[in-house]
Amino acid sequence: MIPAAFEYHRPDTVEDAVKLISDLGDEARVVAGGHSLIPMMKLRLTGLSHLVDLQGIGGLDNISISNGTVTIGAMTTQHELIVHSGLATTAPIIAEAALQIADPQVRYMGTIGGNVANGDPGNDMPGLMQCLDATYTLVGPNGERSVKARDFYEAAYFTAREEDEILTSISFESGGGGYAYEKQKRKIGDYATAAAGVLVKISDGKCSAASIALTNLADTPIYCEAGVAALLGSSPDADAVTAAVKASVDAADPSEDNRGPAEFKKHAAGVVIRRAIERAIERA
Amino acid sequence: MEKMHLKMKVNGEDVETLAEPRELLIHVLRERLNITGPHIGCETSHCGACTIDMDGKSVKSCTVFAAQASGADITTIEGLGNPDSLHVLQEMFKEHHGLQCGFCTPGMITRAYRLLKENPDPTEEEVRFGMAGNLCRCTGYQNIVKAILAAAAEMNAAKEAAQ
Repeated sequence: MIPAAFEYHRPDTVEDAVKLISDLGDEARVVAGGHSLIPMMKLRLTGLSHLVDLQGIGGLDNISISNGTVTIGAMTTQHELIVHSGLATTAPIIAEAALQIADPQVRYMGTIGGNVANGDPGNDMPGLMQCLDATYTLVGPNGERSVKARDFYEAAYFTAREEDEILTSISFESGGGGYAYEKQKRKIGDYATAAAGVLVKISDGKCSAASIALTNLADTPIYCEAGVAALLGSSPDADAVTAAVKASVDAADPSEDNRGPAEFKKHAAGVVIRRAIERAIERA
Repeated sequence: MEKMHLKMKVNGEDVETLAEPRELLIHVLRERLNITGPHIGCETSHCGACTIDMDGKSVKSCTVFAAQASGADITTIEGLGNPDSLHVLQEMFKEHHGLQCGFCTPGMITRAYRLLKENPDPTEEEVRFGMAGNLCRCTGYQNIVKAILAAAAEMNAAKEAAQ
């Protein structure tokens, strides 16, 4: 499996990389870990004549945590997310989700930036970032801008990123509390049949903050507003959990594929959402 | 497409080669550098037969362009041991019958090498989770896991003896 010919570039700075992709136009693609893009190139499902490798740019793989604000460079690999001790205490849901992505070899190469920017509905990080209410930083020819993860995804592989922009980092406020990322998959390495990320805070016996987001249950990740509303202010007892599960499943819009018909996926969604909510409450 | 001049370190030696940007690392290793230990199995990032160690990471060399590996420090099965002096993992695979047809073995051992570097005393579950990116179509997993656990024990005993 040999991809079509292309020219390889390894710029040293974000500015040089942005200049390359804006000069070369839609013939150019950036590559981070390459574990989504290279398989597509090998299958000749994507046509490009210039590959702009971001590995030579310094500082894109930093993780910084200060006053509860977590900032993760786009080139940070899933492996680095899993072994980072600061993240393990500040936002343990990140490693819990990253450990469920692909297999060890893929996690050494696959990056958080590539995972969120690609727009593949099967990727886990977009749903997780919506759950965390993360913000993406994009750099283009006219400078830098921020886009909320909850506003970023338009359709499968279509995002708010312009062709000449590069996603350079991700940041979010870590609020603590209970968390869980639950994923149902057919085997190691597969995308989710259904997956859900949940954050819950409980104070004085009441749910004071919550977030629920879904992976691979529509052509974009889904932030479940109605599911969250069902939990907020509740004790949260079995009725509140059931209402939140129902509202979240209603927000899912899966399509049939080799992982099963839409009905089955909605059933699997109900199971993983319930597990995620219950585990997050346990940990809150 | 014009060929690129690539430099990398492979099994401790500095090597240089010309390759087209679209050539995958596994192709350059096998066909240009005659390093045929890493195998081409599925060629779709699933099976792990092409696993190499690159800058301290286990990597499927069918999913990396050689151009991306320019400047990298690479170890393949050839760099771990040889018939006169087997690596402990190779010895334990032999001892515990950790291979049947042998096709997946270079990838298995190269992956296990990094796994034990990061986690020198793994549980059976940790070995299975850490080896999840390598498939054995003879389905000889039981003995592969045994061999890796035995290698870990052997390496730890040697380390203790040295202290």
